[in-house]
Parts: sequence; C-alpha cells; structure tokens
Amino acid sequence: MTESTVAKRERLKPPITNVGVIGWLKTNLFSSWYNSLLTVLMLGMLALFLPPLVQWAFIDSLWNSSAEACRNIDGACWSVIPHNFRFIILGFFPEGQGWRPVLAMALLLGLVVYSKDRSRWKKSLAWLWMINLIVMGTLMYGGVFGMPVVETSQWSGLPLTLVLSFFGMVAAYPLGIFLALGRRSKMPAIKTLCVVYIEMIRGVPLISLLFMSSIMFPLFLPEGVTIDKVLRALIAIILFTAAYIAEVVRGGLQAMPRGQYEAADSLGLTYGHAMRLVILPQALKIVIPPSVGILLSVFKDTSLVVIIALYDVLKTTMVTLSNPEWAGYSKESYIFLALLYFAFCYAMSSYSRRLEKELHTGH
Amino acid sequence: MKPKDNSTPIKPAEAAVPFWRDAGKRAIFIQIIALFMVGGVSYYLFSNTQANLARQSIATGFGFFGKEASFEIGESLIRYSASDSYARALLVGVLNTLQVAFIGIILTTILGSIVGVARLSTNWLLSKVAGAFIEVMQNIPVLLQLFFWYAIFYESFPPPRQALTPVNGIVLCNRGFIFAIPEAHSAYPAMGLMFLAVLIGGWFMNRWGHRRQELTGQAFPAGRITIAMIIILPLLIWALYGAPTAMNMPELRGFNFQGGLTLSPEFMALLLGLVLYTSAFVAEIVRAGIQSINRGQIEAAKAIGLRSGQVLQLVIFPQALRVIIPPLTSQMLNLTKNSSLAVAIGYADFVAVANTTINQTGQAIEGVAMIMVVYLVFSLSTSLFMNWYNKHMALVER
Amino acid sequence: MSTTSEIVMNDSPKNISPEAAVKPIIEINGMHKWYGDFHVLSDINLHVQPQERIVICGPSGSGKSTLIRCINRLEEHQRGQIIVNGTELSNDIKNIEKVRAEVGMVFQHFNLFPHLSIIDNLTLGPIWVRKTPKKEAEETAMMYLEKVQIAEQAKKFPGQLSGGQQQRVAIARSLCMNPEVMLFDEPTSALDPEMIKEVLDVMIELAEEGMTMLVVTHEMGFAKSVADRVMFMDDGEIVEQNSPDVFFDNPQHERTKLFLSQIL
Repeated sequence: MTESTVAKRERLKPPITNVGVIGWLKTNLFSSWYNSLLTVLMLGMLALFLPPLVQWAFIDSLWNSSAEACRNIDGACWSVIPHNFRFIILGFFPEGQGWRPVLAMALLLGLVVYSKDRSRWKKSLAWLWMINLIVMGTLMYGGVFGMPVVETSQWSGLPLTLVLSFFGMVAAYPLGIFLALGRRSKMPAIKTLCVVYIEMIRGVPLISLLFMSSIMFPLFLPEGVTIDKVLRALIAIILFTAAYIAEVVRGGLQAMPRGQYEAADSLGLTYGHAMRLVILPQALKIVIPPSVGILLSVFKDTSLVVIIALYDVLKTTMVTLSNPEWAGYSKESYIFLALLYFAFCYAMSSYSRRLEKELHTGH
Repeated sequence: MKPKDNSTPIKPAEAAVPFWRDAGKRAIFIQIIALFMVGGVSYYLFSNTQANLARQSIATGFGFFGKEASFEIGESLIRYSASDSYARALLVGVLNTLQVAFIGIILTTILGSIVGVARLSTNWLLSKVAGAFIEVMQNIPVLLQLFFWYAIFYESFPPPRQALTPVNGIVLCNRGFIFAIPEAHSAYPAMGLMFLAVLIGGWFMNRWGHRRQELTGQAFPAGRITIAMIIILPLLIWALYGAPTAMNMPELRGFNFQGGLTLSPEFMALLLGLVLYTSAFVAEIVRAGIQSINRGQIEAAKAIGLRSGQVLQLVIFPQALRVIIPPLTSQMLNLTKNSSLAVAIGYADFVAVANTTINQTGQAIEGVAMIMVVYLVFSLSTSLFMNWYNKHMALVER
Repeated sequence: MSTTSEIVMNDSPKNISPEAAVKPIIEINGMHKWYGDFHVLSDINLHVQPQERIVICGPSGSGKSTLIRCINRLEEHQRGQIIVNGTELSNDIKNIEKVRAEVGMVFQHFNLFPHLSIIDNLTLGPIWVRKTPKKEAEETAMMYLEKVQIAEQAKKFPGQLSGGQQQRVAIARSLCMNPEVMLFDEPTSALDPEMIKEVLDVMIELAEEGMTMLVVTHEMGFAKSVADRVMFMDDGEIVEQNSPDVFFDNPQHERTKLFLSQIL
C-alpha cells in the first residue's frame, strides 16, 4: 500500500508520428489511402483555381483608378467601387444630406450590436428599439429640426435595405404572434382564417406579393388616395414575414408544457393575462434563434424589390453598371456587394447559432 | 355489481347567463365579429377595385386567354410563336418553370448530399472547404447570385463568332452553351423504352431477391445486376438498330449557331444560381440528419459485424432519411418559389410570362391571381406528399 | 352497506364547529364526465364541509385527478352540479373566475413559472386577479414564504431550487390568493423520497390550521394522521369513503381491500 510497493510506471512518450504537426496531418488529412487521395485531389484543384483567381483579383487589378485605365488591364477593376461608392450606398439621397442616412444606419447597427448581450434583454431594450426606429424614420424623412424633407421615392441604397428589413420585421412580429395564437385557438372561424392566411402566404413566392402590392394596391384604394412605393413594398414584406413568424411562434407555444397553461388558469388569470404574463414571455424566448433566422431571410429578400423598381443597394449597383463608363465590371461590383451582404448575414447567422447553444444549455 | 344511477340527471343551472360571459356563447360572438370585420374589409376593397377598374376601362375576367399574345418567348419546350394565344404563352411559362424546378431539384439533391456528407468527413481539408461553401452560398441573397452568374455567362464568354470549342461538338459562347446531340433516329426511343423496362424489371427483381433472401438467407445482388443491365441492354438495342452515330452538330450560321441543344445563359444562370444556393441549405439538412443518429447505433451495428456499407444502408440511411425528408421537401419548394426570380434575368418562366401578360392586357388582378394559384398548387401538392410521407414513415411509438 | 355511492360519515371532522357543519363548501351532485365516449366520472356525489380534510386514493385511471380538476374547472363536467362556496360552475365565465380565485391548486409537477423569480411567482395572482397593490402583495408573499420555510430563496428562480423547495413555493403561491379550499393533485409523486417529508409537513401544518383540503395522494401515512375522510375511487366512481380508522382497518368493499393490499 505504500509507494515503494507500487512500481513506478515508465512514462513513455508516444511515437513521433502521433503528435505534433505530423500527427495532425496524419489524422486529419492522410488517415487512410482514400483520404490521402482526396487531400491530394483537393490540393490539386486549389492549385488549379487559386493562382489565376489571385492573379485576377489582386495582382493584375486596379483599386482606385479611372475607368479608362481599367480598360487596359486584364485583372479586376475594383475602382468601380470607390468611384461610385456614394451612389451605391446612398442612392438618390440628396447631396449634402448624406449624413442623415449614415447616422441612421450607424444608430441601427449600434443598437444591434448592443442588443446582442443577453443580459441587456429587458423591457427597456424594447423601448430603446422603438425610439431608435422612430429616430431613424425621422432622420430619413426629415421635416423637423431644419432638416429638409426627403420623400421616400428618394430613399435608396443601403438605408432602404435596412429600413425595409428592420421596420418590416418589427411590424410583422406582433401580427405573427396574433396569427399564431389564432391558429391555436379552439374557435373554428378564427382558426380557419389564420390557417388559410398562413398557408396561402407561405405557399407563394415573395415576388408575387410584391407584384400584388405594387400593381394591385392602387386598385384597392378609393380614387385619389395613393400610397407611396416604399410603403407598398413594406406592407408586402410585413404580410409575408408575419406568416413565417406565426409558424415559428406556434412552435414555441406548442413546446410550452401544458402545466404552465394550467397553473396560470388555476390562479384565475384571464386569457389575456395568462398569455401576456406567463405563456408568451417563455414561448418567445424559445423562438429567438429561429426568429433571427427569419430576420436574416428578410434582409436577403429585400433585394427582390429590384424587380418592382425600388432602388435598394442591389439596384443602385445595377444602375452604376448601366453607366457606359463602368459597364462590364459587373463581377467586381457584385463581388463587393456579396461581401457586404455576407458580412452582415454571416454575423447574424453565427450569432443565432451561438444563441441557440446558450439558450439550450441555460435552462 | 356497479349499478349506475342515471335516473335523476341534474343539469347545470338554467339561470340566464349573459352571452358575453358564457364561455361557449362568447366564442361564437367573437367569431361572428371577426368574420364580420374580415367580410367588411374585403367588401370595401372589392368595391373600390371595381370602381377603379371601371374608371380605367380595364377588362375583367379571363377572356384574354384566347387573344393573340404578340410577344416572343426566348425558349420553350413546345412550339410557340407570337401569334399564339395568351393561354399557350402561359402554358409555355409553366413548362419552363417545371423544367427548371425539376432539373434543379435533382441537381440540388445530389450536390447538397455530397456537400453535406463532405462536411462530416474526417478529412480536415474537405470538411473546411464544404463548410466554406455552405456559409458563402447561404449568406448571399439568391437574386445577387443569379445576377452574378448571368454576368459571368454573358460577359465572360466570347460572342458566337469567337466561340470556344474545347471539344468538337461543344460550343461555349455568350449566347449559351450548345451541345451536339445525336441526330434523331428510331434507335433512341427504343433505347429509352429499354431503359425504362430495365428499371421496372430491376425493381421487381429487387423484390424477388429480398423474398429469396428471407427464405434462403442468400443475398441477391439485384442492384449490381440492374446497373449492368442498364448499361448493356440499351447499348445492344443501339447496335441492333445499326449503331447510328450521326450527330446534330451546332453550326455557325450568320450571327448565331443552329442545331444541337442550346442552353441559354438565362437558363444556365438560373439553374446554377438556384442549385448552388439551395444545395447549401440541403447540405445542412443532410448533415443534421446524419448527425441525428445516435453514435451508439453505429457502434452496435459494427459490433454485430456489419460492414461499413451495410451499416450505412441498413442502419444510418433509413433513420437519417426520416429526419431529412421533411425539411428537404420544403427546400425543394423554396427552389421552386425562387425560380420566380427568373423574371429578373430574362428567363421566360411563368412569372415572367404572366408579367408580360399583365403589362399588355392591364389585367393585374387576374395576372397576380394566376401566379399565386400556380404556386399554391405546387406547395399544396408538396404538403400533401409530405403529410403522406410522414404518416407512412412515422416511427411506431409506445 | 349499500353498493351505490352514498356519503358515509362515521366520524365528525376534526376541529369543526357545529354551525359550520351545515353548509358544505363544495357540493357535487350527480356529476358525470365523458371524454368522448369514455365515461371517466360517473355519478359523483360529494359534500365537503369547511375545514374538512379529504384524501382521495385509487388506482391510476380511476378519475381522481379528473375529479378535483373539475372542481376548479380545469376540466368541464357534462352532467350534474358542482357548487363551490355558493357559486355554481357553469359556462358563465364570471363564475369560473370567481371559483378559481377561491380554490387553490397544487400540481404534481409544481408548474412554477420559470421566467419569474419566486417572489414574482407568488405576487402574480394577487396583483393581476385580486388587484392588490404590489407592496402589499409582496408582504403577504414573504409571510407565506416564511411559513413554508423558504423565505431566503425569494429572489431566486425556480430552476435553482430542488423539487421539494419548488413544491413548497407552489403551495405558498396558492396560499397567497387566500383560498377557501386547497386542491392537491399528487403533490409528492414527482419528488425524490428525501424531499417528500418537507412537503407533507407543510401540508400537515396547513391542515391543522383549519384549511379545507382535498388531497389526491398515495401517502397513506398522511391520510391516517390528518384526514377526516379517506375516499377510494375506481373506474370513475367513488367506491367507498370512511374515516381513516374504519377505512384502513375495516374496508368494506372487495376493490378497496384489493387496492389496500397492493399499496400497504
């Protein structure tokens, strides 16, 4: 039992091919003949495609030259971006007033980053969002504090994309909750109305709703009443998104244990109180990760307003390309735009994944 | 003996309860109000619309179906010219949509499965590359991807006169990719029939083989035999018909190529963009499906002595499919819905044709309604299939 | 003894004043309930006197939980009368809410609200149903938390408490509504054995203070020491009810004897 009777085990080192860099290579890239072949194949393909790509994108390219200089090179003409940057990002927003949309976007992104921290999720945050959105709208539209009015027809570029996504999402959420509650209702008329709405909207592409809103809405209104194009598109996006939110929220409501509904009922709470105080706070928390996914989809889908001739950031890029001076550099422009979208969307999707993991283990 | 005393039923008090407090009646009251409101708003919109349509002298109804369309359609599976009716034009649109959707779904399933499995590979390089593909494709809007690919096909390939011909019979230019196809010959339908016959025969052979295995324990390599037959038998037919080798070659005539099979840049951009975008989502679904299988199952299967291939076929596949198929069908539906973006790059799908129809006839309501109905038919049939599949495959639980 | 279900009172309830024995606090007359075609409760007749403690036992599926859930309208009965503290349960929403405010329920799985702190769990009902000002509600809540000996956990969340602690909080939550009657639906069945005692102690103290209680449970020790009546239910009927002495020592029916032999 004493240490002397227990022979000390010789501490052997593992064979050199199992540790360190060589070990890593062996397990991850060359663990079997099959894997080794695959690795060689992939390295081969990378060697085939990467150098010409790098050549085109970085070596032969021009980054901030004139359009003429670009015509004489084989590489990428990235200059199309800096030269048209203001138009791509801000579109038709009047000169000199550009600080307003920039400030609005900065406030929005600042709030998004602020909201990521879960410890800040309180009622005050909801109010902050309300105020922020109102400030954004005011900055964009103007008319107060000496800011000249900028009609929505001139809202374009990245601010338009953000306005459509965020205002759309925020307005669609209450409607989605209402539809989800309605779908779970035991009253047949309410349930049928909600089911029909949800299934119809989810069955058609967003573009048909955008067509409907831009072509048909003017017909729905009495003579003389017009609603502006941005609002029409926003309504289509809200109606569309609400159906998807409804399904997600319904999942959350179904996941709630029946005991919670019963405990709330047995205390004597009315339907409204039970929903507001007990059920929805818990259900909505469960569905935050898929809701971020929906926001991500809405953000990507705003690019569709190109088709109804609204000038979001994709359309402003296309307009730039229709300028004969810069025509033909679509690849560079689209790659830049893709990077922009990717940055934002990747941030949102990885946040959503992280959140899901946290909430899962947090319970 | 448990006599039940039902002789003196006492009903709940008949005292008059105001209907807004009676649980049952309140529900009816709320529903009546809801229906009233929905009906009222609908009526308001409807009457406005009628007034506006009358004012702008826009026709209503589907009478325009018989009128002459007077617009060309870039590509079509059936014969079509500008003098055909709107109805025929719309049919062309539907067929184009189905064509893209059908091919797109097949390609997406294949590519998505490959990438999904690759993502789980033990090969670090493969896994990372697959992961990068998934992240990049998912996070860029599909419309942007469509524009990008269209720009590639349109800008980066030379005009027909300087077209690339890597292989004799394949032409690559900015008017599309043109492939030489076999010249029409009676051998080919016969080969097609033989192909179908082998498939059907193979299915029956498979069933017979399973029954034989149940009785005698000997496995029958029905799969391998079918594959061999699919290759050999049609070739035999081809030989029997005199081994025709005449090809319908693309030839440059004037400004464009004639002959062969043309894949337009619009079609290719749409297909490529949709397939790449959707396969990223399918890859995640496949990955999640495979990962959902408890590792213990695989270990138990191996412990019994099953080989890797058998483990895959008998344990992993059936279970993973159950998890994969429902979200997979909704991605297939998404691809079909996203094909409506064809209107933005000039491919004549149903939305594009309907859009032109709306512009020419001014009948926006009928046009938009048609679009929605067509897509609703797609989604409802997909939902029905999914419900049937779920019921069919539901795990029997205690 | 007749085989139809009749009220058999062989002992007057403990701690009861003669005047109060007149009007029952819960009256169930000829009550039937069906789930679709399944006759889950048949011809239930039960009168509960104020301050009476009744333990209901029986095999699973006998309808005992369904019975008490009918008393606070978590389930609806199709035939018969249920009158709680003078209010009859019917489709009238006002009556339902009135009854629920006067009847407290403790569930097998506690059903605390996980997103609210303990003290918020307790004050939710008083604030929103009885319109009590927050400060007053919190004082009452702290008093009941001390009563169930869990006052130090007031600011914590249900997920941080053990099962026994959660159930005690659940009892305190019901008490904050000042109920006339407390219903217990297998309150200790979901607890680990070492935590059962702490919850039963709270229930015993409640009983000794004169609370009217209907308890569905398998804890026969509790029944013997505290109950005024023990009721055996099987197959949707009340088979037998008696004072604990008679019930346990001299069961009258075969089914009762069979059940007792299985659990004791």
